[in-house]
Amino acid sequence: MNAPATPKYAAYICSGCGIGDAMKVGQLENIAKREGKMTVVKSHPFLCNAEGVQLIKDDIANEQVTHVCIAACSRRAKTEAFQFDGVAMSRANLREGVLWVVAQGKEHDEVRQEMAADYVRMGCAEVKKMKQPAGNVKEASSKAILVVGGGMSGMTAALEIAETGYEVVLVEKSGALGGMAGNLWKRQPFKAPYAEAQDTGVADMAARVSSHAQIKVHLNSTLAETSGAPGRFTVKIAQESGAVTDVTVGAIVQATGFTPYDMAKLPDLGGGQANVVDQVGLEALAKAAKGGEIKRADGKPVKSVVFVQCAGQRDPSGQHLSYCSGHCCGTSVKQAMYFKDQNPDIDTVVMYQDLRLPGMGEDFYRSAQQKGVIFTKGKASKVSGGDSCNVTFKDLILDEENTIPADLVVLATGQVPNAGVDLEKWNPVVTAAEGGDEAAKAQRDEMRATQSVLKLTYRQGPDMPQFKHGFADSHFICFPYETRRTGIYAAGPVRRPMDMLQAIDDATGAALKAIQAVENASVGRAAHPRSGDLSFPTARLEGCTQCKRCTVECPFGAIDEDEKRFPKFNEERCRRCGTCMGACPVRVISFENYSVDTVGSQVKAVEIPEEDEEKPRILVLACENDAYPALDMAGLARMNYSAWVRVIPVRCLGSVNTIWITDALNSGYDGVMMMGCKKGDEYQCHFVKGSELAHYRMSKIGDTLKQMGLEPERVVTQEVAITDNARVVKLINDYVAELDKLGPSPMKGFG
Amino acid sequence: MTTANQAAIERYRNNFLKEVEANVEEGHMVKMCMQCGVCAGSCPLGPHWTHSPQKIFMMIRAGKRDEVLGSDSMFMCTSCYNCMVRCPRQLPITHIMHGLANYAHRLGLAPKGQPTRDFATLFWNNLSKKGRVNELMLTLQHYFRNGLVAGIKEAMAMQGIGLGMFKAKRINPMEIFGGHGVKDLKGFHAIIAKAKEIEDRKKGFTA
Repeated sequence: MNAPATPKYAAYICSGCGIGDAMKVGQLENIAKREGKMTVVKSHPFLCNAEGVQLIKDDIANEQVTHVCIAACSRRAKTEAFQFDGVAMSRANLREGVLWVVAQGKEHDEVRQEMAADYVRMGCAEVKKMKQPAGNVKEASSKAILVVGGGMSGMTAALEIAETGYEVVLVEKSGALGGMAGNLWKRQPFKAPYAEAQDTGVADMAARVSSHAQIKVHLNSTLAETSGAPGRFTVKIAQESGAVTDVTVGAIVQATGFTPYDMAKLPDLGGGQANVVDQVGLEALAKAAKGGEIKRADGKPVKSVVFVQCAGQRDPSGQHLSYCSGHCCGTSVKQAMYFKDQNPDIDTVVMYQDLRLPGMGEDFYRSAQQKGVIFTKGKASKVSGGDSCNVTFKDLILDEENTIPADLVVLATGQVPNAGVDLEKWNPVVTAAEGGDEAAKAQRDEMRATQSVLKLTYRQGPDMPQFKHGFADSHFICFPYETRRTGIYAAGPVRRPMDMLQAIDDATGAALKAIQAVENASVGRAAHPRSGDLSFPTARLEGCTQCKRCTVECPFGAIDEDEKRFPKFNEERCRRCGTCMGACPVRVISFENYSVDTVGSQVKAVEIPEEDEEKPRILVLACENDAYPALDMAGLARMNYSAWVRVIPVRCLGSVNTIWITDALNSGYDGVMMMGCKKGDEYQCHFVKGSELAHYRMSKIGDTLKQMGLEPERVVTQEVAITDNARVVKLINDYVAELDKLGPSPMKGFG
Repeated sequence: MTTANQAAIERYRNNFLKEVEANVEEGHMVKMCMQCGVCAGSCPLGPHWTHSPQKIFMMIRAGKRDEVLGSDSMFMCTSCYNCMVRCPRQLPITHIMHGLANYAHRLGLAPKGQPTRDFATLFWNNLSKKGRVNELMLTLQHYFRNGLVAGIKEAMAMQGIGLGMFKAKRINPMEIFGGHGVKDLKGFHAIIAKAKEIEDRKKGFTA
């Protein structure tokens, strides 16, 4: 369809679902026509059915309508029916926003009609400021994918990606593929009957990866620098020899795995003694034995072995790992079988506090019991060394101290992720370095050179953010593979402790996300959580004052500075939250379909009654992710809230520009309430810190209010969750009551 | 019996689990216990014994031979089968408990004076004599197990029930002269002797 040169606006009002019975639709049509300045205005008794939708489609095709305002149900309802290519569209929420929340009965007819009329005005005002986003197709976008790490997760991701037809660049630090899985003698079974340890299959897999036409493997290599954005990452791959290769990739899968927790930190449990090994150490002994008699380092055959579970894990003291690594019970069960399969007379004791074998591991546990492995529920307190070790433990069933002798003790230490630089430690160093501290500068460079994995040139640091135990970012807004670095995905034990089977699943998921990322980047589509969004922020640089607020506040580091110190948008990293738009003091940042104007014009479109009418007006700016659905659900449950409020959904509270607030108060609104997601460490904000920033910005708005002669209570910010439908109603009604006590805004009549 | 005990110790050295697996009914299932404690929580007599089945199994695996075989716990089992029905690993717990009780008894390690054990011994001796239980003698032997004075006291306390049973022809005073028996008494004794021989052989009690 060719885009018509002149815009043509149309409004469609639905009288279905009871809207026509409770409201005067004719009057709403007149408002859309006269005040909303809509060229085409039509009403329909059932707008979302085939006939109603066809009515709109015909107008688009025949009347060259370019902008559509649909006054019907919430923008969250009937999205499939009301989907028209190539036109800009706004939705006035007459059903969930008015019909279902305003009290029933004749005495409320007047306020209900006023509320509906305002939403029609707002819908018309908004659509006139909107442009249908066209997307930003990038012909040169790279669809190759970089996989960092050549272990089980990395090789799986590489093969999955390559088999789908995409190119893969695989970088492995060591001289061979295989990673931790390559150190194993055997692995746990993946299939029924889950009874015997299996061949790892690493050799076959490594051969497939090495010979695959779509995979380019770089061994003995690390990343020297990663810059750019999804679709155009430039990665410098440094070989051990010093040679550097530049590659361009579209997305990155970080599968850098884990390192076993250092036994040396467990001297009480015998860490550091000759006849005490960790699980990786035992795999080496088993590999050396090749299925024969397993011998200790000193060559003595092992006749008795004790596996100490949770060694340095699940530690409440904070001295060691506080978490459970998930795989170690299964691994010890498997390793105990190495001994029993070779010689059933070898005494094998697995000493556990809680034995947990996820998946079908319980069958594997049973199989080990059948083979005669002894499981003792106890907590080891001391392992004394010597030719025969003595494990002192508290028997948790018999409630007594006990000791078992063993030729060899195996400590099940946990997984420590190889996630790179901890940004919490990085940030203060960088701040000090930028302040001119020479020691800090050296430390920063050292951290970057020796600890960092990705060596990103991002403003926010060289690696992904980490969780509290140092695991790489994941689960960004409920999506396991999604991270706060667009187009970079963590897979395998680097993002949470896991066993090999889980790592394989995990790598497959991350591979699919990476493919999605390169495809999105090539057409300018946003990634989760606004997946599919084609709009992107642009800045009118003539008006920019180079204050750097947008670059600093962007939660995704999407905005760099160009050589003239103007903001430079890395659109492919952008998640389209609009936090930059909310930050901009001179309001030069906007999206085609979401801008200071689209919301500002709605704020101004509301009719403010005179003071003596005693009809307050309260602006609610509701985050579209949680607060707006909660309001919709309140409507769905037919909970009533005050008809004085006018709700405008925003992409994130971070996108709220203070001009909207001051404009609203100037034009006579009695109060402004903002509803966003939970902030802080346990944040639920879909854009990480949008809600936090909004709270911070609003804490600074007091001075402005004072200058205007207004009470600070006229602007409030609330944290709500998507399930808070009853609470949002109470918040609104309580706020209305509070404003009622304050009295009408003194600004009324000046607007 | 001590010789059998010595022989068992010699034979299994420190591996009590193996000894149990070889000599106790359903003993091979002891290793499958996963220490969840459902049996201990299910037992109606739980508070009355020294060790729950869960602990007994743990002690077997820990090689605590003397404690297990000297425990009164196995004798306290009333065979309600609650534990067995509930065990997630489907261990035949009741059978194992009886198997252990039997093994401990035969080795002579079971606790002396344990009422269940004593009564069972009394019952077996009474029954195996003539192939029929002599109710009068069984009752009297039971009452007088702790001596004459205690026996008279207990008999006096129970006289109401005794008279009732006499009236209902449940007890015959004439049984004091030997009582009734099976028809082929010789054959019966031969059967019992053979069964014992087979079991002794199976469980390693033959010299």
